[in-house]
Amino acid sequence: MDIHEYQAKELLSEFGVGISPGGLAYSPEQAVYRAKEIGGHQWAVKAQIHSGARGKAGGIKICSSDEEIWNAAEELLGKRLVTHQTGPGGKVVYRLYIEQVADIEREIYLALVLDRNKQRVTIVTSTEGGMDIEEVAATKPGSIHRLEVEPAVGLRDFQARELGFALNIHPEMISQAVHCIEGAYQAFRELDATLVEINPLVVTKDNHILALDAKMSFDDNALFRRPKISELRDKSQEDSRETAASDRGLSYVGLDGDIGCMINGAGLAMATMDMIKHKGGEPANFLDIGGGASPDRVTKAFRLVLDDESVKAMLVNIFAGINRCDWIAEGVIQAFDKLNVRTPVVVRLSGTNVEKGMQMLKDSGHPVITADTLSEAAEKVVAERNRVTEAS
Amino acid sequence: MSIMIDSNTKVLIQGFTGKIGTFHAKEMLEYGTQVVGGVTPGKGGQTHLDLPVFNTMKDAVEETGAEASIVFVPASFAADSIMEAADAGIKTCVAITDGIPAQDMMLVKRYMYRYKKEERMRLTGPNCAGTISPDRCLLGIMPGHIYIPGNVGIVARSGTLGYEAASQMKASGIGISTSVGIGGDPINGCSHRDILELFEADPETEAVMLIGEIGGPQEADAAEYFKNHMTKPLVAYIAGLTAPKGRRMGHAGAIVSGKGESAAEKVELLRDAGVTVAPDPSELGSTMERVLKELA
Repeated sequence: MDIHEYQAKELLSEFGVGISPGGLAYSPEQAVYRAKEIGGHQWAVKAQIHSGARGKAGGIKICSSDEEIWNAAEELLGKRLVTHQTGPGGKVVYRLYIEQVADIEREIYLALVLDRNKQRVTIVTSTEGGMDIEEVAATKPGSIHRLEVEPAVGLRDFQARELGFALNIHPEMISQAVHCIEGAYQAFRELDATLVEINPLVVTKDNHILALDAKMSFDDNALFRRPKISELRDKSQEDSRETAASDRGLSYVGLDGDIGCMINGAGLAMATMDMIKHKGGEPANFLDIGGGASPDRVTKAFRLVLDDESVKAMLVNIFAGINRCDWIAEGVIQAFDKLNVRTPVVVRLSGTNVEKGMQMLKDSGHPVITADTLSEAAEKVVAERNRVTEAS
Repeated sequence: MSIMIDSNTKVLIQGFTGKIGTFHAKEMLEYGTQVVGGVTPGKGGQTHLDLPVFNTMKDAVEETGAEASIVFVPASFAADSIMEAADAGIKTCVAITDGIPAQDMMLVKRYMYRYKKEERMRLTGPNCAGTISPDRCLLGIMPGHIYIPGNVGIVARSGTLGYEAASQMKASGIGISTSVGIGGDPINGCSHRDILELFEADPETEAVMLIGEIGGPQEADAAEYFKNHMTKPLVAYIAGLTAPKGRRMGHAGAIVSGKGESAAEKVELLRDAGVTVAPDPSELGSTMERVLKELA
């Protein structure tokens, strides 16, 4: 789960990471009032969307007067901001963060990730801040330092000091840097984050170390014990189909093609999508209905796939282990009964109770196209898709 | 011989009396697995499915002499159960549970380093389908009837895609020595490579099929191991060629976040190492059939 910049900053500051004074605004009026409250003579009006690279997309405006703040806020609110991370659809700005502009001496980089290679939290720093870290890794690899944290012992002072000195932090400010790095680590561990990225972290001319931008992502599997993080979820930043799916306990990812998919198991789902592509089609979605799917769940999944208007044909591919093919068949029949399905549907069942499931589909009288193998199923659904497209 | 389990393996069920534990314990017993009891804290002394229930893994291991366990405990408590199994001297542990927090798994892995490598518990999963040695032992949740005994090993991150591989091979008359699910989570127990090492050493296994997917470094490791250490033929398939970058495809671990993690890059690494890569997921069986013919 992702959160907004202002939320990440609020969380990190609770753990001792320095931030500039700032406040949230939902209207131009609030934006101007916020600037008055926090004081100073220059402010950044920052669009809050779940994406980086907002500056380049025009989502951050530096303002020096009430009028400028008002105009910037008016322009940004409700705007669909497209960055290289949002995809072509972009994301709509509903919230602004108004922040006092700091007098910056230099920009550095700090990130913490859960490293799959090392199976530990790894801290990454660079003296080159404000740029995409992948770009820094390609152009100035020598500026990057990495440190793995031993999970049982945690981050030690000397390790944070080493990172601070490697960032060329002035000796008089090293304890401030240690406090910041250790705070970010504590936040990572205590909130079940999967990523904390502060880019840039800045050293100001008046000798403060502040997080100028901050990004945090959290482990969905750990949300059961992090209700305060769940509260920060902003559904306006998610794909509405994906939100609807996760609310129904289904795992769905919207894609650009026109063949709807409903499969059990993430690996089989990906393989089926690959198979569709191999046969000349494009999947409209990834959808894993999981194990132990009841007929009701199958019907819900059907509705979800067919709600996408770009879907021209649909493929159901179930390999029943914990699932049972007769339950799946019942769900498919129920969906046809309830949903007025006009899209061609190809069903391939395999595994537990397959004969019974196939017989039920045959007896139902619904125009379900069946297939025995993965290859046959993909071939048939692509043929159906082509037929529908040519007919229209 | 098979790897990790055989017909003599005594198995304990962690989360025995729960709905899921009960269902799969019955399935395993029916398959012929030597389930000797289970653990549900607070229900020690009771009998479930005509088998003893224990409060702790230590008690259960002491009483039954079990060397394997399978975990059905809910995600919020599962990491603790895995550590309990390691501490009780279990040798082979399969964690079926889906949804364990990644930082819990980080601590599990760290905890297991308390034990010397040769004494360390072998963990597979979490979020996996388990391990099966056809007609000998089912330590998992897979449908047993899609596997016939034979000489090909399977190692797969995905459960259902592993089933697909097994049933395609069954249709071609190819049997399985052992099939191991390693799970779809970012931090897991045994890696692809760990299981390949066991298959390489297993005299019964003649060839291996590896089912990988996008995300993480494990397929690249496997490619390197194959190139430098493996003598048996390896057939591989990587799911997720159509998956976009940065999107999590169902499994917590199935997300392309770095270099070498996309399906195309993994396929290239495996091919370069000399692995036979199945061109699409409908040709898992036929590709293995061809490789076995060349071997004969």
